[in-house]
Amino acid sequence: MANETNTPNSYDGPPDYRVVGRHGMYPEVSHDEIARFNFLAHMNRHLSTKVMPGVADAYGARVEPAFRKTNSRDFADRHEVRKALLADPMFQWWSALRRATMEQRQQAGRWVTLRQADAINARAAELTDGDNRLMLDADLEIPRYVAAIDHHCMPGSYHTELAQGDVTGAANYDIGLFATTGGMLGRYNDGGGVAVAKWVKENMPDFNPKRILDIGCGLGHNVLPIAEAFPDAEIVAVDVGAPMLRYGLARAKTMGVDNVRFVQGDVSKLAEFEDESFDWIQSTMFLHETSYRSMQEIFAETQRLLKPGGVVLHVEQPQYSDDMPLFEQAMRDWDAFYNNEPFWTKMHEVDLDAYMARAGFAPETLIHGGVAAVVDADVFPEAANDDEQEDYGRKAAWHVIGARKEPAGAVQ
Amino acid sequence: MTGIDPLALSSAKAKGKRPYFLGDPDVERLMTIVMAVAQEVSVLRERLDTVERLLDKNGTISRSDIENFEPTKAEADERGAWTQEYLNRILRILQQEREALAAKDQSSEDIAEELAKD
Repeated sequence: MANETNTPNSYDGPPDYRVVGRHGMYPEVSHDEIARFNFLAHMNRHLSTKVMPGVADAYGARVEPAFRKTNSRDFADRHEVRKALLADPMFQWWSALRRATMEQRQQAGRWVTLRQADAINARAAELTDGDNRLMLDADLEIPRYVAAIDHHCMPGSYHTELAQGDVTGAANYDIGLFATTGGMLGRYNDGGGVAVAKWVKENMPDFNPKRILDIGCGLGHNVLPIAEAFPDAEIVAVDVGAPMLRYGLARAKTMGVDNVRFVQGDVSKLAEFEDESFDWIQSTMFLHETSYRSMQEIFAETQRLLKPGGVVLHVEQPQYSDDMPLFEQAMRDWDAFYNNEPFWTKMHEVDLDAYMARAGFAPETLIHGGVAAVVDADVFPEAANDDEQEDYGRKAAWHVIGARKEPAGAVQ
Repeated sequence: MTGIDPLALSSAKAKGKRPYFLGDPDVERLMTIVMAVAQEVSVLRERLDTVERLLDKNGTISRSDIENFEPTKAEADERGAWTQEYLNRILRILQQEREALAAKDQSSEDIAEELAKD
């Protein structure tokens, strides 16, 4: 059969799943389970590069003209655009396929992890039992923004435990990220964290944080590169999900990263940490899974917890601005409405600078920047040169918004 | 033992009302089944490709050979290119719908009438 295949001179598709980095917590993945992830990575790539451009064409050719003809005006906002798109077959089929692919990815990953749940959970217990770097709180009330819906169609979300000491949800998240992003986040799904660490080293060469707080850490894939970049720092990573934290510590240990503590908590109420006790507070693709109220509380907590001169950085997809075409805004909203990320649409429409100001960060202390996933260019050449591809809301390129807390004695 | 039943739980629904996009939800249900089967065809094809490559190389094969198979970069690219070709083939109708957006096609019926004019 190999003879029939067009030999690719310049193959530009996703790499084979086997390039994914296998740390010591990695579940066993069979030949056919790998093939399933390969299919899903290709399916996502096909949808973003071959099908989605058809949605843009249909929008220009018929959706927008029909709206203008019927209403004698242009679209007023992105919601009108999305509602008009919902009636168009090209958007309908792209959306139906994208949703189905997301669900297939969850099924594939859950099958792999649940069929070996006992073994994975036992390995996590072996690595974390009695380790004081794992601090769980069985009484933690799961915030409404997590409990209301299973984010990105991940059954059980970050927090559900199917058995005592369960880590299967975290393992599923870890092994399937490759398929959702087509490998664009790198071998350890850490392209975002690597990019943040690099950005900080380049933009703040004199910054030498001793204590770093990562909020909404998930399984810690984006905080480990930061811990490795600052090996002398003490890192505290907080999340609401016990499975994520157990898996996170176990995974970190097998990867040789020992300076991260994994703490279960609600990051809007971190009373266990003293005022002005962190040099750097980081969130990476977290704010869009919160709420307006908790975001205000979180920003206020970061202001309280930062040492004078300390830095807070939030990494997110770009905000919707007046410069962003309404079609792009509507497409970026897809994950909000159709991939169980409801706050995504609300979070991206507000003025984050104003939120930061309300939390006490003066305008002149605000930090704005941009980062793109940093991946091994030998393994992911197409991700390393990702200028062409746009997969609205899923592109591995983000904005940084942050602030430096004014040093002690600074004139207010 | 935890008593986790992978068959029951692997296909579980995520919390949150599921959106349907196609005009007829039954068509969408069928589409999701067809795409899941398409995925399994791709899995079978990849397994067959592994078997053939192992036989080419070793003349013999075992199940553990298949499980431990590591394609070279060139082999992985060939397999990836096949998957691209496969998806282009099975999702052909969407490409054609996109092309039709830009085309000013007449129906055969209209053309037949036109060609029948004296």
